[in-house]
Amino acid sequence: MNDWFEVGGKKFSSRLWVGTGKYPTDGMIPAMCDASGAQVITVALRRIDFSSETDNVMQNIPEQMVLLPNTSGARNAEEAVRIARLARAAGCGDWIKIEVISDQRYLLPDNLETTKATEVLAGEGFHVFPYMNPDLMDARRMVDAGAAAVMPLGAPIGTNRGLRTREMIQILIDEISLPVIVDAGIGKPSHACEAMEMGAAACLVNTAIASSSDPVGMGRAFGQAVSAGRAAYCSGLGATQRIASASSPLTGFLGQERA
Amino acid sequence: MGFYDLWKTQDPDETLARIDAATEGDVRAALDARRPTLDHLMALLSPAAVPFIEEMAQKAHELTLRHFGRQILLFTPIYISNHCINQCVYCGFNAKNHIHRRQLTLEEVAFEAATLARTGLKHILLLTGEAPGVATPAYIEESLAILSQHFTSVGIEIYPVDEPGYVGFVKAGADSLTVYQETYNAELYKTLHPAGPKRDFRFRLESLERGVKAKMRGINLGGLLGLDHWRREAFFTGMHADWMMNTFPEVELGLSLPRMRPHAGCYEPAHAVTDTDIVQCMTAFRLFLPRVGITMSTRESAEFRDNVLPLGITRLSAGSCTSVGSHTEEEGSGQFDISDERSVLEMAANLKTRGYQPVYQDWRQA
Repeated sequence: MNDWFEVGGKKFSSRLWVGTGKYPTDGMIPAMCDASGAQVITVALRRIDFSSETDNVMQNIPEQMVLLPNTSGARNAEEAVRIARLARAAGCGDWIKIEVISDQRYLLPDNLETTKATEVLAGEGFHVFPYMNPDLMDARRMVDAGAAAVMPLGAPIGTNRGLRTREMIQILIDEISLPVIVDAGIGKPSHACEAMEMGAAACLVNTAIASSSDPVGMGRAFGQAVSAGRAAYCSGLGATQRIASASSPLTGFLGQERA
Repeated sequence: MGFYDLWKTQDPDETLARIDAATEGDVRAALDARRPTLDHLMALLSPAAVPFIEEMAQKAHELTLRHFGRQILLFTPIYISNHCINQCVYCGFNAKNHIHRRQLTLEEVAFEAATLARTGLKHILLLTGEAPGVATPAYIEESLAILSQHFTSVGIEIYPVDEPGYVGFVKAGADSLTVYQETYNAELYKTLHPAGPKRDFRFRLESLERGVKAKMRGINLGGLLGLDHWRREAFFTGMHADWMMNTFPEVELGLSLPRMRPHAGCYEPAHAVTDTDIVQCMTAFRLFLPRVGITMSTRESAEFRDNVLPLGITRLSAGSCTSVGSHTEEEGSGQFDISDERSVLEMAANLKTRGYQPVYQDWRQA
């Protein structure tokens, strides 16, 4: 099946995106990338110490990966824009994932500030991937602001609780013209598979892989789950019904008359 | 309404009585709570929770892994002045103590900063005693500017100032503020601080709010455990943290659990705090505030710090010295004694053997 995923001016065969946070050692990242088949990896610019030989996560990101720097730590649009510009100046490319978190209890994204940052950065030629709370109107604003995709959360970040925002994500998939990449809350491969079956363009998974006791094995499992979900979506899921189809329909007696 | 207004509604004796009266059922309800309340925190800190410590530890470990992963941020303190006009009865810098008083020159600050930076650390905490006439705000600002050239995140743990004072420190490069209230028991506070500006309980209590208004990104708070009943102290610390989080949701909050250590003045803590108490306190904090940072200082022994590592800690100080100029000189008079004397390299290696990744940089100030 020829099923390329095109976004941000690039083309991918994999629809699993991965992260770099929470690993017991960053040295696991290359093997995880390899096992998962992921081609895009996000990294918090706040964590990158380009000058360090001992604590530089960039040294563990395989060359073939497309880098998606994120603005983790930003609490408003202004800070997100500053971090994005720093990322580009540091040679991290022109992809940027906007994370604006102004609530430290739940780490929920601030859609208003995120939209503002999206508009500024898209205007500066970035391919902007806003992490958002799944709200249709906000997603439309992000589309208008020039986003390359929208990245709604499935559940609060780090909770591994799955697609708690399922209905809202489905609405975004149905209504938004841009790719919908489900980010945050995906706790197990079946969650990612479900998102892909629903028609998500891709899934970004970090905590569930990094905090597993075998991140490489879990990366592989997520890669397979995302592929399976995508294949199911492309093949067209069978229609579901609330009740079984009776072999003797209640209106069967009308058959002769209707004929 | 500030935290002071909430704090004064809580009678200390009644608070302790309520904590002591919690039942096994209250503890079970707290362990099952989706979003623990202050009543749940009381139960988790109560004597009734002691038999549940293993269960609390398991849950705290799981929550910490989920929200922070196996990563620990390392930082180091730098003491630039031990001049002090306070007489805190438990502190080595007490104005009455005959210790060698010293303040680094700016050249020495630069030298120490460069020395510390060679360890690879990127987060640093600047500390002074309280002597605004000597360690002036201008001197601290100049020191912050120097540290900012070597470190990506610089915090301060100095005497409380007014909001414009904090604005000046933020502009000079500080991005986080640490103020320990020492004790939330105002009566006890008076007896522990017989002289000096630190006697002003309320000015200290509200310093964190002024810091946030001055745009500090991070806030660290805590009580000095051992001065008062630790359960009550921990409850007020948790209440303060919860109030800060509700009032200033954008701020990155950190909690510390400093426990009284011996020092030059030989103050004996009135309330002994055991290892079990610290573990109960830490795990209760983690269950109550799953995303808050928790720091464990080098006051604690290497063995104890290693043992409690999985229970909620997210930040560790390393290569610490509590005397002025101590990173480049042989010895001095410290604020308290260090128990864990491992270097940054040793600490990093130790974390790795325990399956944790030492993190040197987690923020880059503009």
